[in-house]
Amino acid sequence: MSALFIFFFWNEIKTIPISFRFSSLLLNTTNSERIYTAHPMKILVIEDEDELRNVIVSSLEKENFLVESAANYTAALDKVTSYQYDCILLDIMLPGGSGLSVLDALKKMKKQENVIIISAKNSVDDKVNGLNLGADDYLAKPFHLSELTARVKSVIRRKSMDGQNIVELNNVKINVDDRLLYINHEPVPLNRKEFDILTYFIANKNRLINKAALAEHIWGDHIDQADDFEFIYSQIKNLRKKLKDTGAQLEIQAVYGVGYKLIAN
Amino acid sequence: MKLLNYTLSYLSIALLAVVGVWAVIFYFNMLDEIYDSIDDGLENSKILIIRKVESDTTLIHKTEFLESNYAIHEIIDNHALHTRDIYMDSTLYMQNEKDYEPVRMLKTVFRASNGKYYELQIVSSMVEEDDLIEDLFYAIVWLYIVLLASVLIINNVLLRKIWKPFYTILDKLKNFRLGSNESFSTAKTNVSEFNILNETVSSLLQRNIAIFNSQKQFIENASHELQTPLAISINKLELLTEKNSLSDDQLQEISTVIESLERLTRLNKTLLLLSRIENRQFPQEMSVNFNDLALRLASAFGDLSEFKSVKIFIDQPATCIYTLNAELAEILLSNLIKNAILHNYPDGSVTVTINTTGISVTNTSHTGALDPSHIFDRFYKNSSAKNSTGLGLAIVKSIADYYGYIIHYSYTHQQHTFSIQFN
Repeated sequence: MSALFIFFFWNEIKTIPISFRFSSLLLNTTNSERIYTAHPMKILVIEDEDELRNVIVSSLEKENFLVESAANYTAALDKVTSYQYDCILLDIMLPGGSGLSVLDALKKMKKQENVIIISAKNSVDDKVNGLNLGADDYLAKPFHLSELTARVKSVIRRKSMDGQNIVELNNVKINVDDRLLYINHEPVPLNRKEFDILTYFIANKNRLINKAALAEHIWGDHIDQADDFEFIYSQIKNLRKKLKDTGAQLEIQAVYGVGYKLIAN
Repeated sequence: MKLLNYTLSYLSIALLAVVGVWAVIFYFNMLDEIYDSIDDGLENSKILIIRKVESDTTLIHKTEFLESNYAIHEIIDNHALHTRDIYMDSTLYMQNEKDYEPVRMLKTVFRASNGKYYELQIVSSMVEEDDLIEDLFYAIVWLYIVLLASVLIINNVLLRKIWKPFYTILDKLKNFRLGSNESFSTAKTNVSEFNILNETVSSLLQRNIAIFNSQKQFIENASHELQTPLAISINKLELLTEKNSLSDDQLQEISTVIESLERLTRLNKTLLLLSRIENRQFPQEMSVNFNDLALRLASAFGDLSEFKSVKIFIDQPATCIYTLNAELAEILLSNLIKNAILHNYPDGSVTVTINTTGISVTNTSHTGALDPSHIFDRFYKNSSAKNSTGLGLAIVKSIADYYGYIIHYSYTHQQHTFSIQFN
């Protein structure tokens, strides 16, 4: 038979997610508690829109980061030259100059800051330019706060964990690079999506995650139109069952009509 | 009718009239001149004959024309006194022609040396008028034909050369597409009217291009400017939902607001994508294997199709590889597959068929045939799916247009089929 009929079951799929984002930057990891309780991570938010800057700052402060902000090009340049940050969120279009020039200045000063560009222009050119100038990630506005949190933690972890890509929360340990989950030091098999969901949840632990944000993160942009994101429920259900069966000290709560919340106490 | 032939058709009528009138005038003028010169000849003959008769009186009895061209008859005196020279047309039996032929005759009267009066008739052979008319007619017809032929040739060679700038601009206008990013330029010519035409058309088009570009720019800028307030609203509401003081009802209210804002965001992104496609901002092209792409997308939509109880079949009798922008290829096929899953019924199916030169996506549906003239229109919605932007197929169409692919919709056996032909 030349015609090959294939029927896909989601739980048999191990393929790469489709996303217009840079897939290499999609590793969804989180800091272990240990790191930022000992040395609070410093983050600089460079954004000219007051309200947006405030909301980003509030959200990051909830994660116990030390957050500073700059509203224009001069202030931004002033701060990046004077201080050291673990992560810089950089808007491209700033009053007084381009965010890309800030990036250029960082490069000239040979600073190794993690930079995430946040831009209203979701253009390939901007992405390529930014990443070529040494940015670590690119996030197009509007984004979900949970996505921002996950990205920030991801870039910080990548440079500060000495190559150790491990996230720990209570009795749950995740090796992000090898995509392995240990609960009470016992390996627990997860499929790709379950793994991505769990790491995303851990990055945003104790915070309400909008179901659209979760769907967008796991299933990519293609799914954006799909009705009500009800389909994500079955994956959550499986993950929940696995966590419960293995005695993980984590609980995924559904907040009806809104999304989910990972409780880790 | 082409411009060249159009002028020729008018010219042919005008020429016919001119040549006809000219022929009539020419004919009478010529005839007049012929009579004049024959009459002069007859006058001369008269003088010569009268002199000859004076010297040779026997000639006075020559009453028949015979071999010569004159005859003499005696007439009575008082009649002679009232007679003047008369030139007249007559006929004479010609031996060679065996027929009466027209001749010009001069009747005159003279007094011979014997004192008697004689009438002298001198004839001269005349042009045959019917022959003359006939000859003239043919000459005119030939002249007319030659004139038309030369006009045609001159038209085709000379006018074509002269009108070349006109045809050039015509050709350019025919191939001109607004938004194709090609600038409209014209060559300078020696004809001032054509220069004016070129300048007018150019400036008109430049104005249109400018308006079109500024409108495109406006859409793009508006979309970009919308991103920030959307980001602020969504993020603020997200922070709000994390406040523990909220009741479940309040949470859900906020959630529906977030959903609406997200829908707005999607709409905005989609409009931006459409405008980017139309602005041709996807220059990077690579070889895309549609078999791999279809398999990848089928797996990406696995959860959704599972949830909707729709089976996806990939039928790949051949390999399909084309060079295009990878992102657009993915958007193209994913929109079709997503639509096929969403506009389906439980236990329905989606079949993606991949051939060497095309791809088709077929899905089962209860909706009945869609209106093929509107399905690719922006914001055209057949279903009431609340999350549909109504732009999915418009994007598919604009990507197909971007690369010159042909997209076709059909409805058979309660199944919708969208097929894309790559060449």
